[in-house]
Amino acid sequence: MDVIFGNLDLWGEALRNTLLIFFGGAVLALVLGFIVGAMRVAPVPIARAVGTLYVNLIRNTPLTLVFFFFIFGYPQLGLPKLSTTVLGILAIGIYTATYVAEVIRAGINTVPVGQAEAARAIGLPFGQVMTLVILPQAFRSVVPPMMSVFIALLKNTTVAAGFSVLELGAIRSYLSERGENALVVLLWVAVIFVALVLLLSWLQRYLENKWRIAR
Amino acid sequence: MTSVLYDVPGPRAILRNRLIGVATVVVVLALLGFIGYRFYESGQFDASRWYVFTFSAVWTQIFGALGRTLAAFGLAAVLALVVGFVLAIGRMSDHAWVRIPVTAITEFFRAVPVLVLMMLLYYGLPVLGVKMEPYWAVVLALMVYNGSVLAEVLRAGVESLPRGQKEAGFAIGLRKSGVMRLILLPQAIRAMLPVIVAQLVVTLKDTALGFIITYPELLYFAKQLTSQQGRPVLQSAFVIGGIYIVMCLILSGVARWLEIRTRRSPRTRGGAAPLAGDGLDPRLHGGGTDTELIAMQRGVGKFDGTSTG
Repeated sequence: MDVIFGNLDLWGEALRNTLLIFFGGAVLALVLGFIVGAMRVAPVPIARAVGTLYVNLIRNTPLTLVFFFFIFGYPQLGLPKLSTTVLGILAIGIYTATYVAEVIRAGINTVPVGQAEAARAIGLPFGQVMTLVILPQAFRSVVPPMMSVFIALLKNTTVAAGFSVLELGAIRSYLSERGENALVVLLWVAVIFVALVLLLSWLQRYLENKWRIAR
Repeated sequence: MTSVLYDVPGPRAILRNRLIGVATVVVVLALLGFIGYRFYESGQFDASRWYVFTFSAVWTQIFGALGRTLAAFGLAAVLALVVGFVLAIGRMSDHAWVRIPVTAITEFFRAVPVLVLMMLLYYGLPVLGVKMEPYWAVVLALMVYNGSVLAEVLRAGVESLPRGQKEAGFAIGLRKSGVMRLILLPQAIRAMLPVIVAQLVVTLKDTALGFIITYPELLYFAKQLTSQQGRPVLQSAFVIGGIYIVMCLILSGVARWLEIRTRRSPRTRGGAAPLAGDGLDPRLHGGGTDTELIAMQRGVGKFDGTSTG
């Protein structure tokens, strides 16, 4: 316990940065993923091609390499300086957006064909077909896999540890300088992650039950 | 997919779609153009930046690093499959004293980030006097994490099978191990093969985490290259990134090929084929008493046909 309460300042900042990267990355991934997911089901072939290229390219790149591009590569371009935390959020958001896009696309695909056909048959225009018929049904089937993506995102925040962002994955090296036992520190980090993941999976079950519909 | 959501476009919709297409092209080109301009502006295209890649010694080292990445991936993948089977079988055990600890272990390793596991092995264990090469830290961390994930995948595969499969196995006198080994697992593996290969792609990508605990694999070598003459930071990221993407695309391609193959030829192998072929007769001769069983067996055919990935 002394490892925690003797170094509350570091743990607090580490946890804050982890959550900052998590929420920042989640928002970016949701926005970007929604756009790319929409592109992948769009009636415009070029938009579909661009969406597919983006997803296939980024999905087959290790997250560590995406971080490498942003943290080491970005400053080379002579653009306005950004802190490593912001660059980390960009990297993890762009990486996770591909998974969000796939989840959204799969969710739209789970809606039976007849639903869209029936909606069109009663004369709804495309916008209303989507907002009134397809998306409300897709939304429900999207919730569980989307939460799994967020759990993966939370665990992926540790990759930022390799790129000098003080977050939970990196706290070991900071505490080692203060002479703490590395094993104990890392076990506490593991415990914190288990707790956070349990929290998220509880949220997943809760939302799943809340939005469940009787079919 | 598209034909479901949209009507056949009329003249106005065609025009609108074209406009959206043009807008997409313009936005993408603007983005790429801006990045390209920044690259040009900051001299990323200069020959001096790419100079290091003209040496054959550098390429020899890149292939050496690639070999170390593949060595970690290969061993980790094999061990993860083994661990996955052991944990999956343990989790489906009838004995609570096996099932509960195995469940706890699986859930724990699935919840802890791989990097933290690697750090536990590499930085944590020396406290207890266990020193470990980075290679083994990478392999063991990937093994336990992907093993737990694969265990869940296999368990989901077994549980998605109709109950009649297991009951039929017991009915013809197989023991617990026989039912699992001869009936349940082969079907579960076939249904889950695309997911298993996709998880192996994740394993390959996660070997790049070894960079953080100083395992000299591809990305670590990319970092070393950045301090070479001309400081080729982005250049080495592109070259190494290309190698990763090609490797992952090959594995993903295998996964997609397997998925298409299992979907196209649902019952080419295995005992289900003859039964479904002239299936009606034996069922009728069976007396037609157990309607549930018949429904189950029909369910089997349906399941095999759609085999969800």
